[in-house]
Amino acid sequence: MTLALSVDRLEVVFDRFRALKGVSLEVQSGESFGLVGESGSGKSTLLRAIAGLAPAASGTITVNGKRLGTRRDKAFYREVQMVFQDPYGSLHPRQTVDRLLQEPLAIHGFADGEKRIQRALDEVGLGSGFRFRYSHQLSGGQRQRVAIARALILEPSILLLDEPTSALDASVQAEVLNLLEEIRRRRKLTFLMVSHDLAIITHMCERLMVMQNGEAVEDLTADDLVQRQVTKDYTRNLLRASEGFVRT
Amino acid sequence: MSDLAIQSRRDWLLSERPASRMQARLGRAYVAWRRFSANRLAFLGLLIILALLVVAALAGVLAPYSPTFGDLKGSRLLVPSAEHWFGTDDLGRDILSRIIFGSRWTLYVVILVAIIAAPIGLLVGTVAGYAGGWTDAILMRITDIFLAFPKLILALAFVAALGPGIENAVLAIAITSWPPYARIARAETLTVRNSDYIKAVQLMGASPFRIVLRHIMPLCISSLIIRVTLDMAGIILTAAGLGFLGLGAQPPLPEWGAMIASGRRFVLDQWWVAGAPGAAILIVSLGFNLLGDGLRDALDPRSGDQ
Repeated sequence: MTLALSVDRLEVVFDRFRALKGVSLEVQSGESFGLVGESGSGKSTLLRAIAGLAPAASGTITVNGKRLGTRRDKAFYREVQMVFQDPYGSLHPRQTVDRLLQEPLAIHGFADGEKRIQRALDEVGLGSGFRFRYSHQLSGGQRQRVAIARALILEPSILLLDEPTSALDASVQAEVLNLLEEIRRRRKLTFLMVSHDLAIITHMCERLMVMQNGEAVEDLTADDLVQRQVTKDYTRNLLRASEGFVRT
Repeated sequence: MSDLAIQSRRDWLLSERPASRMQARLGRAYVAWRRFSANRLAFLGLLIILALLVVAALAGVLAPYSPTFGDLKGSRLLVPSAEHWFGTDDLGRDILSRIIFGSRWTLYVVILVAIIAAPIGLLVGTVAGYAGGWTDAILMRITDIFLAFPKLILALAFVAALGPGIENAVLAIAITSWPPYARIARAETLTVRNSDYIKAVQLMGASPFRIVLRHIMPLCISSLIIRVTLDMAGIILTAAGLGFLGLGAQPPLPEWGAMIASGRRFVLDQWWVAGAPGAAILIVSLGFNLLGDGLRDALDPRSGDQ
């Protein structure tokens, strides 16, 4: 296996607040890697720093063997794409689905746009009936499917998922997760997935990293988590919290 | 039969599953139109503006007399009558004809100012809002400087420097009216620049230029259209004010403000000379205001399910 993504001692600072304190991680190509932690633990910031949306103060990020600078080039965006948490905020309110999907193709100068849009919509389970709708004519799950189609249309090898299902209700959540899983298998994608839901992470990911206060707490495999083989108190607390209320 | 055809056309427009780009766009326009036309006063405003357009276009046909040549010997300062509906002025010219031809100048001023000022404001505001930092600071301080001048006084200074005339009046009004548009566009830009859908476009590798032009500007345009329409009354009044002071349109142009100015001398005895163009300005300004209010209800992205 080859390294798809490696992050070395990454620091992100917002106005003197250290959101990430020297986090390192390595993701193999074709692997699905999870990031867990409570709100404010820096997991989303890590994702955004990789995507170039949050400024890295120090440390390095390497994608497919290429070290990234502060400015990302177009080739980077064809390798790495992201699906945002809130499907209600990640689609432009004045653009049709068609227009949304056409934009990345126009930016990267693809000629066979018509075919690609058709294929992308089919792939995420939306027929051509959805193609000319505005985002307010779609449900939450449909919106997230459009967002996934938009991320996939450039055929990236790495997909960053920032809590892709936390804004959706349970049944739709399962549909979207199954869709993601299926796409990953078919396209041999590498996933880096953020979630605060341990059940989702154990279902979707092979390895994961637990984060707290901008630092890595421990690296685990999904099996470790299922069998409760954790070494740190913080992870134990997370596990206990994920079981919900317990009557005493 | 025809009812059925109308019904099916409406269904086609309001379809939840548009089959083409065209249908989606038309459907959207139809929803906005329905919301607009449900507002009676806004509809009245639209009718006034449409009437102004028709009158201006057909001025040569509609006007019963020449706007610039009068009968000095027989028809000076005549009372409104069947022959001269709005009476005549001190040079024996038919006031109705002058008002009809004057509508062209009013439209000329309003449209030119809108075409010059709105794009400048939109560009300055969106670039400042999206770029932030130094670009923002410099552009907005320039805007502040222009805002600090009283509108009419700056226009006066401009006209004094460039010479009186309607073109210079237009230029002067345009230069003093873009700063509020820049402010609006910047405020709108700041609310959307950090949203996920703009981040998503950044993540596709779009250039800042493309993001501003194709993703941010369309979001600012509706509030800008509303503001420009509401400002049009003010533009007409400023143009009329400059005309009144003798710095805008020069005689014998039938510009409404200049007509009021020339009627001022005998406003007590021959009130119709100043009164008729005054009423015309009032009605057209009212029309633009009503239209602007209606557009605000129809286009505002924050209202309804748009």
